[in-house]
Amino acid sequence: MNIFNKLSFHGGIKPQGNKNISTKNPIKKIFIPDMLILPLRQSVGKAPKLIVSEGDYVLKGQQLAKPSSNLSVGIHAPTSGYIKRIAMHPVPHPSMLNEECIFLEPDHKDQWIKKKVIDYKNLKLEEVLEQLRQNGLVGMGGATFPTHIKASSKIETLIVNAAECEPFITCDDMALREKTEEFLTGVDIAMHILGAKKAIIGIEDNKQEAITELQKKNQNSKIEIKIIPTVYPSGDEKRLLFLVSGLKIKKMDRPSNHGFQIFNVGTLISIARLFIHGEPVISRVVTFTGNLKQPNNFEALIGTPIKYFLNDCGIKEGDHQIIMGGPMMGFELQNSEITVTKSMNCVLIKRNETQSKDTSIMPCIRCSRCVEVCPAELQPQELYWFSKSKQFEKTLDYKLFDCIECGCCSYVCPSNIPLVSYYRYAKSEIRSEEISGERADIARDRNEFRLFRLDREKTERAERNAQRRAQIPDAEKKKLIEEKKAAIDMALKDKEEI
Amino acid sequence: MISSPIIKESDSVSFVMSHVFFALIPSLLIYIYFFGYGILGNLIFGVTLGVLFEYLCLKLRNISAKPFLLDGSTIVTCWLLIISIPSGSPWWIILIGVFSAIVIAKHIYGGLGSNIFNPAMIGYAILLISFPAMMTNWEVSNSLGLNNFLNLKNLFNLFHVQLISNIDAVSSATPLDNIKTYLFLNADNLNPNNFPNYEIFNPRSIINISYFAGGLYLLHKKIISWHLPITLIITVILFSSFMSLIDANKFMGPIHHLLNGAVILGAFFILTDPVTSPTTKRGKIIFAILIGIITLTIRNFGGYPDGIAFAVIFMNIWVPLIEKFTQPKVFGY
Repeated sequence: MNIFNKLSFHGGIKPQGNKNISTKNPIKKIFIPDMLILPLRQSVGKAPKLIVSEGDYVLKGQQLAKPSSNLSVGIHAPTSGYIKRIAMHPVPHPSMLNEECIFLEPDHKDQWIKKKVIDYKNLKLEEVLEQLRQNGLVGMGGATFPTHIKASSKIETLIVNAAECEPFITCDDMALREKTEEFLTGVDIAMHILGAKKAIIGIEDNKQEAITELQKKNQNSKIEIKIIPTVYPSGDEKRLLFLVSGLKIKKMDRPSNHGFQIFNVGTLISIARLFIHGEPVISRVVTFTGNLKQPNNFEALIGTPIKYFLNDCGIKEGDHQIIMGGPMMGFELQNSEITVTKSMNCVLIKRNETQSKDTSIMPCIRCSRCVEVCPAELQPQELYWFSKSKQFEKTLDYKLFDCIECGCCSYVCPSNIPLVSYYRYAKSEIRSEEISGERADIARDRNEFRLFRLDREKTERAERNAQRRAQIPDAEKKKLIEEKKAAIDMALKDKEEI
Repeated sequence: MISSPIIKESDSVSFVMSHVFFALIPSLLIYIYFFGYGILGNLIFGVTLGVLFEYLCLKLRNISAKPFLLDGSTIVTCWLLIISIPSGSPWWIILIGVFSAIVIAKHIYGGLGSNIFNPAMIGYAILLISFPAMMTNWEVSNSLGLNNFLNLKNLFNLFHVQLISNIDAVSSATPLDNIKTYLFLNADNLNPNNFPNYEIFNPRSIINISYFAGGLYLLHKKIISWHLPITLIITVILFSSFMSLIDANKFMGPIHHLLNGAVILGAFFILTDPVTSPTTKRGKIIFAILIGIITLTIRNFGGYPDGIAFAVIFMNIWVPLIEKFTQPKVFGY
């Protein structure tokens, strides 16, 4: 028996899962819309560089944009068709800003580019990493951190994040049930790349069907399936690491410093598809759930506007809001024209409750319910006071940046205080202060250098003048002076005449 | 624009408070059983006054009053104050007490969540210092038992109270006060565990036991954590045992300390006021230990029969400092 079996992290909550509403039917297969809109930037880091132009015909899987820096990955055509235009379009981001997108009009032939299997076992590590980079592999759990960076560290144990702890979201669960072999192959390949001796799949005990499938099909003794209790947020990287290994690390620390690396289910399936079938990342599983007639999971082409899926599920009558992500950490999307991206795991339809319950925001009574549920073991009520009173230095003392914004504190707050919003505000204030501080430093440095330069130039000029004067022979100097004198006399004479 | 999380647990402040009322109801019934409806009249009067003061303060402070009146915190404060003072108290005593608690201790310091001192204890302390004779003269149980439930006339006692000189006819000092005076007068020659006219299970100790039961209910419902009440009770037991070991003729033993006075009420209902107590676990334990020690010190050596109120108010001052030095470790540090 594993001694860590009884481990559970501090705090956390057990909200209603609402998972079974979207797991009744299998994952619906891809359908091709009339227009695909692909945001250029779909990952952490620099946006890739466009290599196609308007009017080009592209094949399915063809690269549309190539990595522009080390922290950048490629973008590929999800189907064959024509590049209609390259223009600004709303992207799924809390800021609700528009970004540059590629508009691809499918020709509905769905014609693949020539796929080739990548023999990763006989490739050098750098070449494997380059394949990941070129083929657009990013963390599909939502953070979209480029996979080739994470895969470059050498570690002991690969941890698979199959916790999927947020209510409503079921995309990993369904993918595990239906793509079990592909997933296990992905784990195998990732272990090979990382040099890991074993892998642990951390999965919440509410996903019985996926667990059964995994146990049935897992032939590899190096892959352990670890069932963890269903407590939100068990799927947070640091919490999961603790649940499966007993290791507690702080927010700024990386699991790879301790011999662990954590990959998401979707990422591993993409890895398998890349190395076994030679397919870049062009689709992912997305859960469409909430206030829909028939919630479902879809194998969605990247770039498909979400309205297609919402129509397929059937939106119920009444006002609603579209949330990307789960109910705990998701954010609102402005409309259904927004398209599927690599980071989109779930779209949640929330009905607008016209008759709000007892939701008036009351003062904090320091009941410390938030302390009891905080998985980062922070003091949310203190952070709230300090954020509210703009004592940002104090928030740093109380480790504001270890807050993972999981929302447990807001969830339990009996005074209905939107605590997480306060932390987000404080964090952004601190960051912008830091940036302006850095700018001020740079400006000061520049000014100091300018003064130094002016000073230097002055002395240099003085030196040069002195040198020049020294070089001119005496006779010539006299002659020059006489000439000047004569000129002055002439001028004076002219003046008198006038 | 909405921001996550978009789901919410249904518990609210008023939900918490309703559990507190539920925990206090049995002791109220026992109180009426032994002493008549006087306490109920006081409660109705005091709570009405408290809500009125709360409403006026909120209006003056330009705050929408409805959610604050519905959250129940004012009612709990007034309730705790009223059951701490003799039920034979006249209406103006209640008026001064409630005014001190709600207007001075709560709203002048910024209202719900911002008060430094426990409002009920400020109200009680002001009364105790200003009117010591009245505050230590408690009604006598007329052992009418169930008949007390029929005698509705008692409800209006607060408006009929005689002048202080006549009070002795219907009231007496509390057992705690009696024992203290007794120990003081007969310091050398008697067994302190066998006082005249005193039974361990007197009406007041039975009410205290019902507070204990209510407290256990709150613990069970996870409305309060164990840290404050259990630490206080253990401190009182250990410290009083220690004192009575030193001199059993001068100092009462733990049973008397727990069953008399306000230790049990304080442990479960007064210390646990979240606004004025520390939020950290270690802080709660330190807070409760010090309150226990101060209370027993006042009881054993001070001029007042009980010391919970003063101990709580004194320790309220230290809460920010206690919290500062008892911060728990953050995950991963």
